[in-house]
Amino acid sequence: MSANMVALAYLVASVFFILALKGLSSPESARRGNLFGMIGMAIAVATTLTLTQNWILILSCIAAGGVIGAIVAKRVQMTAMPELVAFMHSLVGLAAVFIAIAAVNNPVSFGLPEILPAGSKLELFLGTFIGAMTWSGSVIAFLKLSGRMSGTPIVFSGQHALNLILALAMIGFGLWFFFNETTNWTAFIAMTAIAFILGFLIIIPIGGADMPVVISMLNSYSGWAAAGIGFSLGNPMLIIAGSLVGSSGAILSYIMCKAMNRPFLSVILGGFGSDGGTAVADSGVQKTHRSGSADDAAFLMGNADSVIIVPGYGLAVARAQHAVKELAEKLHEKGVNVRFAIHPVAGRMPGHMNVLLAEAEIPYEQVLEMDEINSDFSNTDVVLVLGANDVVNPAANVPGSPIYGMPILDAHKARTVMVVKRSMAVGYAGLDNDLFYMDKTMMIFGDAKKVVENMVKAL
Amino acid sequence: MIGEVDPVIVNLTVFVLAIFVGYHVVWNVTPALHTPLMSVTNAISSIIIVGAMLAAGPMETDWGVWLGAAAVTLAAINVFGGFLVSQRMLEMFKKKDKKEGNA
Repeated sequence: MSANMVALAYLVASVFFILALKGLSSPESARRGNLFGMIGMAIAVATTLTLTQNWILILSCIAAGGVIGAIVAKRVQMTAMPELVAFMHSLVGLAAVFIAIAAVNNPVSFGLPEILPAGSKLELFLGTFIGAMTWSGSVIAFLKLSGRMSGTPIVFSGQHALNLILALAMIGFGLWFFFNETTNWTAFIAMTAIAFILGFLIIIPIGGADMPVVISMLNSYSGWAAAGIGFSLGNPMLIIAGSLVGSSGAILSYIMCKAMNRPFLSVILGGFGSDGGTAVADSGVQKTHRSGSADDAAFLMGNADSVIIVPGYGLAVARAQHAVKELAEKLHEKGVNVRFAIHPVAGRMPGHMNVLLAEAEIPYEQVLEMDEINSDFSNTDVVLVLGANDVVNPAANVPGSPIYGMPILDAHKARTVMVVKRSMAVGYAGLDNDLFYMDKTMMIFGDAKKVVENMVKAL
Repeated sequence: MIGEVDPVIVNLTVFVLAIFVGYHVVWNVTPALHTPLMSVTNAISSIIIVGAMLAAGPMETDWGVWLGAAAVTLAAINVFGGFLVSQRMLEMFKKKDKKEGNA
């Protein structure tokens, strides 16, 4: 294929990628959007294949990766989506690093001059360090999300200073690489190694419930890494696709930060909620809460006119989505108006709760976003909080509270509040939740799935 | 005149415009589909498979080609995994729509 034909095919693929994202504006068009994405990718791969000679090697690698990817996609539990996404971000990051190293090794195969010009070096430097940080950061996010590593922030003194020194050293090596006439492998490898370490260090101080921001941010990084490689190769399609992904991740991070009312920088600097234990001890006054059984709760809900269920990360941990669906159906049969209220940061990634409820086949129109349902809490009989805590903490309305200003679901305004929780332990913000001590609140202790199953039985 | 422009500037133009397109398209994505959005964008970011294929392309195999081949495999996992898991998730949203229609 001529260079012009290739460029045109890449343009077509780019348009398909834009249409893929556009399709996600509604569930009806989303599947078609995903299909557009696949078509775009197929065009891009087929076109690129005409530029290469080593077809057998390339096609067998694609086949091998494709089989692994297909198996993973088929087998993964919906509750495990956050760690799957983190895992996949790490692959993009690592692939970007490999490509950059290969490009430094043999620029000619990428259509670059044999002696790399300064501009290409700068672009490769950007692609490599973003890729390396995406890889190591995503690995930590994956370990934290899958529970292989504790979700509590890891902080030590001088952490930020260390990160700063490493970042400066990385830039220093980058400049050395940049200004060297020939290819300076020492500088390039040192720079890459530091970027890997930085990726680890940046994510370890960030706690579990801040993961929606982290995972969106890494999503964004993986896009910028692709765009960076696109600059080095002078390939507009990579730049377009990378920028789409990069801006998507950035917007999601922004939405998540806004939903927690925390500046992006404070989330990234980490350490939030790490002193959770002391915050409880400080409160001093012994407060009493009322606890009840699943049967009591079922009785109350069965006689209510309206019930709003507020799911949180606890629902995902207990994999209670199918039990919840049964509960909603039973209540529905009894003529109860059941709806679900989703806080933007409920769960461990954007939209996490929606996917779980969709998996359980809970009808779409029953699942509402915070803005859509918040005004309805005051005329709702029963709110059932399932494994959520900070997102319903009325302390967000109290000036001076660490979470003051965070938009919350107004569960406390309902006539009766039921909270299913494993214990009275504090939430991620390390704050006591006054909702649990209100006169109209009933605490039901236990695993969310078991409790909900008992409720279903009792109905 | 355009022939005299450094290709980097042309790429920068594409980059800036693509960010604008991304910004406007993504704000229209419904919050309920934010998880599929992440898995679709993740699949799209594996477009770097193009770079990986070029690295693995030459016939004379040195270690750079093997590195490219490794990158092709990693990116292919992402392409297939990302699109297929998105499809699986979006099918779930479809079932709900059907019910909505019946109700």
